[in-house]
Amino acid sequence: MTDALIPALMPTENIFPIFVEAMFTKNFLLVMFLGLCSYVGLTTNSDTSKGMSMAVTFVMTMSAILTWPIYYYLLSDASFLGNDLTFLKTICFILVIAAFVQLVEFIIRKFSPPLYRSLGIYLPLISTNCAVLGVVLLNIQEGYTYGASILYAFGAGLGYSWVMLATAAVREKLIMRDVQLFSGFIGAFFAAMMAALIVASYFAVVKL
Amino acid sequence: MANKSFVGEIIRGIIKDNPVFVLVLGLCPTLAVSTSFANALGMALAFTFVMLGSNIFVSLLRKQIPADVRIPIFILIICTFVTMIDMMLEAFLPPMYDALGIFVPLIVVNCIVIGRAEAYANRNPVLPSIADGIGISIGFAAALMLIGSIREILGTGGLKLVMLNVVDGVPGFYPLSAIPGLSFIPEVIKFPIEPAVVMITPPGAFLTIATLMLLFKIMGDRKRVKQLIKEGYEL
Repeated sequence: MTDALIPALMPTENIFPIFVEAMFTKNFLLVMFLGLCSYVGLTTNSDTSKGMSMAVTFVMTMSAILTWPIYYYLLSDASFLGNDLTFLKTICFILVIAAFVQLVEFIIRKFSPPLYRSLGIYLPLISTNCAVLGVVLLNIQEGYTYGASILYAFGAGLGYSWVMLATAAVREKLIMRDVQLFSGFIGAFFAAMMAALIVASYFAVVKL
Repeated sequence: MANKSFVGEIIRGIIKDNPVFVLVLGLCPTLAVSTSFANALGMALAFTFVMLGSNIFVSLLRKQIPADVRIPIFILIICTFVTMIDMMLEAFLPPMYDALGIFVPLIVVNCIVIGRAEAYANRNPVLPSIADGIGISIGFAAALMLIGSIREILGTGGLKLVMLNVVDGVPGFYPLSAIPGLSFIPEVIKFPIEPAVVMITPPGAFLTIATLMLLFKIMGDRKRVKQLIKEGYEL
């Protein structure tokens, strides 16, 4: 055992700013640029983006719940093993996320076929979504407590969801209009630019 | 694919299969680390290492990898190289490690690397896979450095060209002028424009890539219209 400390389980400071940060000022899609492949690919209509957003939010929150104890109680040098295994964190996290996603897929296919039909096809996409791996790596990098890391992951999921839904709405409208050039993913990028400008200018005036 | 040349495979990766502008893959690092030419170069080098390592090893093991569990195995192979480059950057180039941050470990889930392992390296011998890796890496690097240079020029009014180099035994990204014989190049090439800070912030990244893709689309459309007119279609 070394002197390295495991952060406390429950946060002592005010965690509301962390939540707002994850949702708006450090929005995963608009500011951190995580999960853009699914943003371009799955915002073509609002049903798809709704399914993907729900699945991502769920997997993000659950993987934050799973990976924090694994990192601090097994890999870090303050762990029970007493060895510094932190270089294994990327490989370990991606395995945990992939295994968890596979497990959820089996469970909902068995117990809730309707939910599987609406969410199931998105689940395999999530294990290689950089937003999910990003949130667990950021939780470790920022040294959040257990409670704060779960809240951060949930807020990041919600932030991902609102951008996905808003862009899907814009793209659905654009298909109806006579602007062929902007109807594909180029339109999605312009929508993202405007959303990013709005978020950046709003939170430049309103301080957290 | 045996009749295709090594060079032909490389050029295909750069132009016809350009990962960013044609396949629209790997956007996260493209937008996130393209704030400057130096960051783009650092990311491109880290990516090239992982891409080549992954292509070579997937191609070598392609007869042994069972089809049912191939994706997890690809991810494990990729992750090995990502961990290696992550530790090497931390040890030898700490400033670049800080600048790239979380995006080095995130090469694991980069769709380009997994996509090439699945679509190319798993079906082709080692030598074409190396060519494919080199081509895709150059294509990615070109896209990254193009976006990085545009954002740096418009955002700061100057361009700082750098290269991976060792000066006084310390590896790092040094300006081109540090190379003997190239000292006539100024450290920062100035452009006579008013810097717009928004270009190095996140909205500027979206604006740059959207405008570039729009330009490529317009050029592609005009080329296709010319082709059709040549073939005898009337508008």
